[in-house]
Amino acid sequence: MSVSPSTMAAVRASGAVPQAEYLLNAENVRKEFPGVLALDNVQFRLKRGTVHALMGENGAGKSTLMKILAGIYIPDQGEVYLKGLPIRLKSPLDALENGIAMIHQELNLMPFMTVAENIWIRREPKNSFGFVDHGKMYEMTAELFKRLNISLDPESQVRDLSVANRQMVEIAKAVSYESDVLIMDEPTSALTEREVEHLFQIIRDLRAQGIGIVYITHKMNELFEIADEFSVFRDGRFIGTHASTDVTRDDIIKMMVGREITQMFPKEIVPIGDVVLSVKDLSLKRVFRDVSFDVRAGEILGIAGLVGSGRSNVAETIFGVTPATTGTISINGTPVKINTPTQAIAHGMAFLTEDRKDTGCLLILDVLENMQIAVLQDRFVKYGFVAEKQIAKACKTMSDTLRIKTPNLQETVENLSGGNQQKVLIGRWLLTNPKILILDEPTRGIDVGAKAEIHRLISQLAKTGVAVIMISSEMPEVLGMSDRIMVMHEGRVTGFLDREEATQVKVMELASK
Amino acid sequence: MTSEPVTAKTTTPTLTPKSRRRLPPEVNILLVLVGIALIFEILGWIFAGQSFLMNFQRLRIIILQVSVIGIIAVGVTQVIITGGVDLSSGSVVGMTAMIAASFAQSSTWARPVYPALTDLPFFIPIGVGLGIGLLAGIVNGWLIAYTKIPPFIATLGMMVSARGVAKWYTKGQPVSGLTDQFNFIGTGIWPVVVFLLVALIFHVALRYTRYGKFTYAIGANAQAARVSGIDIEKHLIKVYAIAGLLAGLAGIVTAARAQTAQAGMGVTYELDAIAAAVIGGTSLTGGVGRITGTVIGAIILGVMISGFTFLRVDAYYQEIIKGVIIVAAVIVDVYRQKKRKV
Ligand SMILES: Nc1ncnc2c1ncn2[C@@H]1O[C@H](COP(=O)(O)OP(=O)(O)OP(=O)(O)O)[C@@H](O)[C@H]1O
Ligand SMILES: [Mg+2]
Repeated sequence: MSVSPSTMAAVRASGAVPQAEYLLNAENVRKEFPGVLALDNVQFRLKRGTVHALMGENGAGKSTLMKILAGIYIPDQGEVYLKGLPIRLKSPLDALENGIAMIHQELNLMPFMTVAENIWIRREPKNSFGFVDHGKMYEMTAELFKRLNISLDPESQVRDLSVANRQMVEIAKAVSYESDVLIMDEPTSALTEREVEHLFQIIRDLRAQGIGIVYITHKMNELFEIADEFSVFRDGRFIGTHASTDVTRDDIIKMMVGREITQMFPKEIVPIGDVVLSVKDLSLKRVFRDVSFDVRAGEILGIAGLVGSGRSNVAETIFGVTPATTGTISINGTPVKINTPTQAIAHGMAFLTEDRKDTGCLLILDVLENMQIAVLQDRFVKYGFVAEKQIAKACKTMSDTLRIKTPNLQETVENLSGGNQQKVLIGRWLLTNPKILILDEPTRGIDVGAKAEIHRLISQLAKTGVAVIMISSEMPEVLGMSDRIMVMHEGRVTGFLDREEATQVKVMELASK
Repeated sequence: MTSEPVTAKTTTPTLTPKSRRRLPPEVNILLVLVGIALIFEILGWIFAGQSFLMNFQRLRIIILQVSVIGIIAVGVTQVIITGGVDLSSGSVVGMTAMIAASFAQSSTWARPVYPALTDLPFFIPIGVGLGIGLLAGIVNGWLIAYTKIPPFIATLGMMVSARGVAKWYTKGQPVSGLTDQFNFIGTGIWPVVVFLLVALIFHVALRYTRYGKFTYAIGANAQAARVSGIDIEKHLIKVYAIAGLLAGLAGIVTAARAQTAQAGMGVTYELDAIAAAVIGGTSLTGGVGRITGTVIGAIILGVMISGFTFLRVDAYYQEIIKGVIIVAAVIVDVYRQKKRKV
């Protein structure tokens, strides 16, 4: 901003604040964490009635910048202007009162409260006795959902909802603040195409009302579909802001990564071996029914389907998180009993879950403790003692392979960026040298460059004879990586597609059958 | 105002070479201990005209007093790290003191229970005491792991029942006339030796063994720990069993020190043990805590009690102040959690 403070004061004193050029902007912002310079003199300028995408590798500083705009972090240096006037946000509440709402990268709902209670928390409608008026609250929620076209029961408990539906609740909650600025940090990382389309409709409506929307994503196609402008960050530095019509996909990648990425899905076709895992007529009461499939050594079996199709539930059941009601699981031709994850791991399985905050990260522990926890089941332990040096070395190697951005392995995982937390969890399971690897949304929140890297790793594992099951909501990922695709719909398998015959249309057809 | 596209000035990120090696958290607690001791030292010269610290007898009493609470606190710390709590340890002290002592009476005394027994070698009462404590802990752990009732309720039940057993056992009579062999463990500096040994063993167990890593993991995120292959139920039973075993050991030491056992032994010890853990930096939300901190926490409590007695502060005030300190420690913990969240 080139307006001097005195001019600013004069304008404000006159009471005639002109329509500022930017709805919200940040200039020369710097933020340092111990050992990490997260933001180095960056700028960000959001215009009224636009969707502004934020792009950058994992750990580039996107979430940090947005947390500054949402009053969560206080910048070490720099200024934030709301409608042209400088503001100092002291807390998230302060930001909300100033019309800035944020949907965080990780879900933040209370699992044991209802959808409505979560949405109106701290703003509950009160009756004349000063108690919470639940009837009114459910009514307000129903109205909000109707406006946003969401079909969820306001009275259902959040813990009973799928990750995608929780995400929709978060979105509804953020919209309910009726703010001028809405920040969305990777809102689609847990959504399938159908909900993404739904979200985009909501975003378009909000944009038409003049609301400014910040949209963080790692998905390039979303950028072209929804964003008017985008800004790129790299290693805590601001690289540039452009109109999204001006550039190509490759331009953006180059800006983000500083180099070109040649191959997005480095899938290697490898000889497929014997059946390793065989699932027969597996059912879980009221969740999924009669699921049967084989996975062979070296094969990558993709599982596609819409939210609520039961994909993740099947994975959880195979891994013993929620044991099956009926059906058999065989490994290398022998039927096995798997009632707990401990047993599954003993059979050489590994399972990367979908929700890294709930069932993945040990947030308050450090990177090393998070990575080593699964492998301690059998390796690196002698007479109960952990072989600290060896395991630290193994974790360090894994961390380097996955290029986890962290000052060191003693950093608390909570302080890592979302994508880097995901990498820690991938590392946790790769360390166990699994024979059967189950991945639920493996590249959730991971940047383009690292995504290609992780795909290469999965391919290499398959090459060494690992049987891989990969659940993914990202169509290009499923199509690009799978040897075979199993499609599910409402708890049933609706069909299998071979790599050669699979197309987006065919998958979608089966998914909504 | 520049028009689009805007491009940044090229600045290189200047990462300050701030050292990432933080001081261990115990250092803060240790400083608190030194501070408190110095305050009493100064107040001692002002109000009592003598030194608080330069009194070997006093230091000996402090360290002895701390030992029993400390042994319990080592077990309680592990329970709290898993995200639980153990309210039963004080009652388990009373129960094991009574039962162990009944096997340690010398034949020259009229026995309230087992009148036919003659002098038994010391390892029998000790073995019985440890076994009783272990059993109480296993029951706690089993209830919590398999019936899923909250640790607060399960151990509250054990707290009431174990005290009941202690009273019922001799219908309220004390058990006296214990053999010298048994009493030996409570004489001289031995309680302190037992305490430090226990602390050392579990310090090592928590930091360097799989048992320890799993304990922290469960406290940090039980769901994630389960998916990572930890048998949570089995592990919780282990942790509560250890806490029970250590409460049993504390009961034996208490009886040996007093050379007699009474059903009221160990009342409110559980609260002192929890306080020692929390003052020592163990977080009630789980996943955080160290034995070294707990040891210092127990010493802080001991120094405060001794200091107040030294300054002739009324016993009633002492209790009030102790309550305030415990609450303050929890507030500090909550504050730490909040700061972490930002
Ligand atoms: N509270 C914190 N304490 C210490 N370091 C932090 C903290 N928050 C973020 N960082 C560090 O700051 C850097 C930027 O993190 P940020 O979360 O902004 O990345 P991001 O661009 O959102 O990445 P992603 O795409 O993975 O979500 C990372 O290196 C991260 O480790
Ligand atoms: Mg982020």
